[in-house]
Amino acid sequence: MVGKDASVLTISTVGPLRGSVTTFGALVGSGFRRYTTYRQATIAGTFTNIVFGYLRCYVLLAVAAGTVGGRPGGYAPDQLVTYVWLGQGLLSVVMLWGWAELAERIRTGDVAADLLRPVAPLTAYLAADLGRAAHGMLTRFIPPVVVGALCFPMRMPTRWQTVPLFLVSVLIAVVVSFGCRYLVNATAYWLQDARGPILLWTLGAGVLGGLYFPLRLLPESVAVTLWLATPLPSILQTPLDVAAERDGPALQLGLVALQLFWAVVLLVLAAVVQKRAERRLVVQGG
Amino acid sequence: MGELRAYAALAGAQARSVFSYRASFLIELFSNVGATVFDVLSVLVLFRATDRVGGFTLPEALLMTSITSAGFALADFTVGNVDRLKVYVRAGTLDAVLVRPLGALPQLLLMDLPIRKLLRVVFGFGVLAVALRMNHIDWTPARVLLITVAPIAAAVFLSSIFVLSASLAFWWVDSGELGSAFTYGGRDFTSYPITVYGPLFRGLFAYALGFAFVSYQPALALLGRPDPLGLPAWAGFAAPFVACAAAVVAAVVWRTGIRHYRSTGS
Repeated sequence: MVGKDASVLTISTVGPLRGSVTTFGALVGSGFRRYTTYRQATIAGTFTNIVFGYLRCYVLLAVAAGTVGGRPGGYAPDQLVTYVWLGQGLLSVVMLWGWAELAERIRTGDVAADLLRPVAPLTAYLAADLGRAAHGMLTRFIPPVVVGALCFPMRMPTRWQTVPLFLVSVLIAVVVSFGCRYLVNATAYWLQDARGPILLWTLGAGVLGGLYFPLRLLPESVAVTLWLATPLPSILQTPLDVAAERDGPALQLGLVALQLFWAVVLLVLAAVVQKRAERRLVVQGG
Repeated sequence: MGELRAYAALAGAQARSVFSYRASFLIELFSNVGATVFDVLSVLVLFRATDRVGGFTLPEALLMTSITSAGFALADFTVGNVDRLKVYVRAGTLDAVLVRPLGALPQLLLMDLPIRKLLRVVFGFGVLAVALRMNHIDWTPARVLLITVAPIAAAVFLSSIFVLSASLAFWWVDSGELGSAFTYGGRDFTSYPITVYGPLFRGLFAYALGFAFVSYQPALALLGRPDPLGLPAWAGFAAPFVACAAAVVAAVVWRTGIRHYRSTGS
């Protein structure tokens, strides 16, 4: 198990790159395993996602039924079904809400232990989050999508590239979401109590990320501004639009490229913030 | 009398703690209003695409949304805290509550005085006032009575749902987000005309669980519109009675739950 277990520190005899890749992989694995222990919470959360799936699906289909031509925001009814149910599945994969771990560790002073580790905190948390997302993809994503596909006419992908592009888009979405959450949590380095910023994030991310309604229902200028000026649509709306094939192949690819841009920007920003925070950090607690 | 003084002391201590972190408090105050603003905004955005959803116009739908918003804000303000019960059960904090000579439920509610949710109640009722003006309502004494009672009945009903979902933690500590399906899910369900839902889903939520009487039936009675789903005109006036029935069920389940509670020990 040498080099495979995140809890065992070993001095690598292999090359430094291979060493850090192995460490990263081990951290991803431990993030995955951690979430496999929350079995009951997974079941309860999935049930809730499915109830909200029914709610949003019926409402959007009623909107479509009342629209001339039946395509609100350019979505056919079967595309709306895809949008709603894949959205309910992805919600916990990208983990829009409920991550205050870093803020809590900063507040209590536990973050000092993170700083002593030979892996940078940003890297370690990213790896754990990717493991969590992989677990979410297997347990939280599939049930709502299956229920949605059984109860409603769901659009199946018609282009060969949609499925691989969707999976890539989900991976990038997890990184974008992680970057945002890390930055929001990192405000605790300065504020001690990050509850306010976390609340603002919870509020903004759902609506402006495209969870409650497709962002294309907004006036076009607003939607474009949101996409270009904020990372929020890159978290949910982009992977969902890719899956629902809302746009042609070129724009589909372009949206994913935009997502990638935001992922890089946010990770760089988080690294800079972390570095500055470390220089001024006064550890809480005694 | 002594009991009331004890509750007042608990509330006072909470208020002082809230006001000692002023910046946090202001952010939370405005974020809470924001949540309700976005709920109402969602309805407006959906009506950009069409002028009728489920056979109802924007003013009519907004009347339903606003009865729900006002009722939910009031319910969340008064008993919304109770959904932290699962945290207290897991941590064993509930033991401390039970050994005191005061009611468990009021103590739990006062463990976190939600002054930050106050502005949201004001906003909820503000939207209701706007929605009432947008509709042409033929005011009769019965309707005036109904509009005064409806938001309170909605609040009582949704409060009961809050207590019921929280009580789940007595039997299933790891119920996690399950309660949200009925509290926040109930709010979302009643924010739209229930004609939009499929028959099975509607039957379960609207009639079996009673969510139809939160805002849909009262709104129909206020507007004087016959129910496309076939319930008689007086159904809207049944709302307070449904709310009372829900409160009784919630009280019974809560008491049973408290008796069933076994400490985690430490």
